[in-house]
Amino acid sequence: MENLVQTALNNVNMWAIMPSIILVCFAMGLLLINAFLPRGATKPAMWISLIGLAVTAFSVISGWGSPQYGFSDAVALDNFATFFNVTFLIAAAMTILMSDDYIRREGYPIGEYYPLILFTTAGAMWMASGTDMMTIFLGLEVMSISLYVLAGFFRGDVRSNEAGLKYFLLGAFSTGFLLYGIALIYGVTGSTRLSEIGVFLNAHPSLLSNPMTLAGIMLLSIGFLFKIAAAPFHMWTPDVYEGAPTPITAFMSAGPKAAAFAAFLRIMEYCFFSLKPEWTAVLWALAVLTMIIGNVIAISQTNVKRMLAYSSIAHAGYALVGMVAANEIGYSAILFYMLAYTFMNIGAFAILVLAGKKGEENLTLEGLSGFGYKRPLLGVAFTICLFSLMGIPPTAGFAGKFYIFAGAVKAGYIWLAIIGVLNSAVSLYYYLRVMVYMYFREAEEDYSWVKVPVSVVVSIVIALVGIFYLGIIPGAVMDLARLAIF
Amino acid sequence: METIFFYIIALVALGSGLIVVLCKSPVNSALGLVNTFFCLAVFYVMLYAPFMAAVQIMVYAGAIMVLILFVIMLLNLGTEARKRYTHGVVWAALASLLSLVTFLVFIKKGQITGAAGDITKDVVMSVGHTELIGKTMFTEFLLPFEIASILLLVAIVGAVVLAKKEV
Repeated sequence: MENLVQTALNNVNMWAIMPSIILVCFAMGLLLINAFLPRGATKPAMWISLIGLAVTAFSVISGWGSPQYGFSDAVALDNFATFFNVTFLIAAAMTILMSDDYIRREGYPIGEYYPLILFTTAGAMWMASGTDMMTIFLGLEVMSISLYVLAGFFRGDVRSNEAGLKYFLLGAFSTGFLLYGIALIYGVTGSTRLSEIGVFLNAHPSLLSNPMTLAGIMLLSIGFLFKIAAAPFHMWTPDVYEGAPTPITAFMSAGPKAAAFAAFLRIMEYCFFSLKPEWTAVLWALAVLTMIIGNVIAISQTNVKRMLAYSSIAHAGYALVGMVAANEIGYSAILFYMLAYTFMNIGAFAILVLAGKKGEENLTLEGLSGFGYKRPLLGVAFTICLFSLMGIPPTAGFAGKFYIFAGAVKAGYIWLAIIGVLNSAVSLYYYLRVMVYMYFREAEEDYSWVKVPVSVVVSIVIALVGIFYLGIIPGAVMDLARLAIF
Repeated sequence: METIFFYIIALVALGSGLIVVLCKSPVNSALGLVNTFFCLAVFYVMLYAPFMAAVQIMVYAGAIMVLILFVIMLLNLGTEARKRYTHGVVWAALASLLSLVTFLVFIKKGQITGAAGDITKDVVMSVGHTELIGKTMFTEFLLPFEIASILLLVAIVGAVVLAKKEV
């Protein structure tokens, strides 16, 4: 008994969870501070949470290249986790920057907004660094529960209520699938440690065709594919993305989606490498389905937020292509793509926040008529984000798609790459249509656009710098992504 | 003897499960659910997991059921609430039937025995279930255990944010 405790304590290694400790401490401190701030004062909370993210980012980045393993292999802060953690932190910071003015304009200046975003980020970090099913599962739960609350944050708004409740019910349902999958895999292998599961399955080939293993993998994948919003588990996405507060939609489509990709990738690679031909075949079909459904349905949308929701489904499909390729380029391209998508998508949403009117969001295509010359700079920024989402050089989106499809071609999936490129071509239509409305339609009335706060501008500038940096010199980040994969 | 006992309890569990689904009154459904929880607790005992049985009764049959009954009472479900749930019942039935058949096939064909751990029933009997769980929780699963506390905090904060009149 004494020995057992001693070994366990020796295995703790706090450095392996240091970034998430810092972030959670900031979040909890912020909850306390909020209690003493006057009602409606959200500026200090914004600053403190930004400082928290910066300190965490410092801790994350200083861990690059020196992997830390802790808690008897329940968590590994390796380069893979570090790369994703940086993505989450950027997503959270950009979201927070564009939020403050927005939540006050919409009439919900509630300080708890910021700690919840920090908790979401911490959960995402545990998902990316977890090497045990339980760590990953609990990280996913922390992340999801914060997101359910954030999606329904505008309590008086019916759409936001609907988004929160729908996301909660369907999310809880998908979590059930995930947990059932974990239980079956645990039953087969007798372990929840990812590496032990992989070794055990590899050593017992008869288990690989065992229905219980296959059912476990299937249920597990459903849980993650739901979070990724891959077809046919994407049904919740448009309603939740449309109803949730715009900054939260932006955050949801970048950070948590990347987290689900991180955990899914790690589990598939650590545990089920012996079954790679089988699961890549399934993901092939799902990637094609996801790309087609996302792009085709996005065409008929008239609400820009909803259109971006479908486009985010399509982008999940592109990233899945990298997983199907299952080679070095494919995997590192997923990491690259998630970072690139964070910049371009959150950037687009940040501009959408500024397109709103007081008390009423302005999200339809019609409403954007004339936005391009009423607000020339924002119009140009929006255009750049949309170009990046399309995948036009020299933007991040082009580099990301290039690497993804290069990985697919290298792995021999020529057709998959062709389908992907054709889908990108389809997506040109609905992204360009936004620009047509912005530049070639007269503004119907001379209504007052909201004033442009500095913090949102900072967020947009971060997005633009990221888009061009990743687009013009993608090699630098891609080399880091190569070092980050297993 | 044990097998016969298992079948009796299994029948009771299935019967109470049917009550949950088929009963018109929500309160009766809730009581059927309590009964199912108790049967599950018996199963845990039969699997040499007495701690799980106790937790099952305290948490599910105790706390969660009280919560469910409270909600039923507060919502005061009328007749219109009952009608709504017949919608799509055929599809639900088909899906359940399909999954039932699938799982029967799995159980019949599958090799359910995975890896055997070192915690056998003799170890449980000699050391004690609670102690074993405690040890594992604070050694092997220390980090998940700590994350669970953050999870609860987030849930509380979320409930307050969403439900309190003036935050």
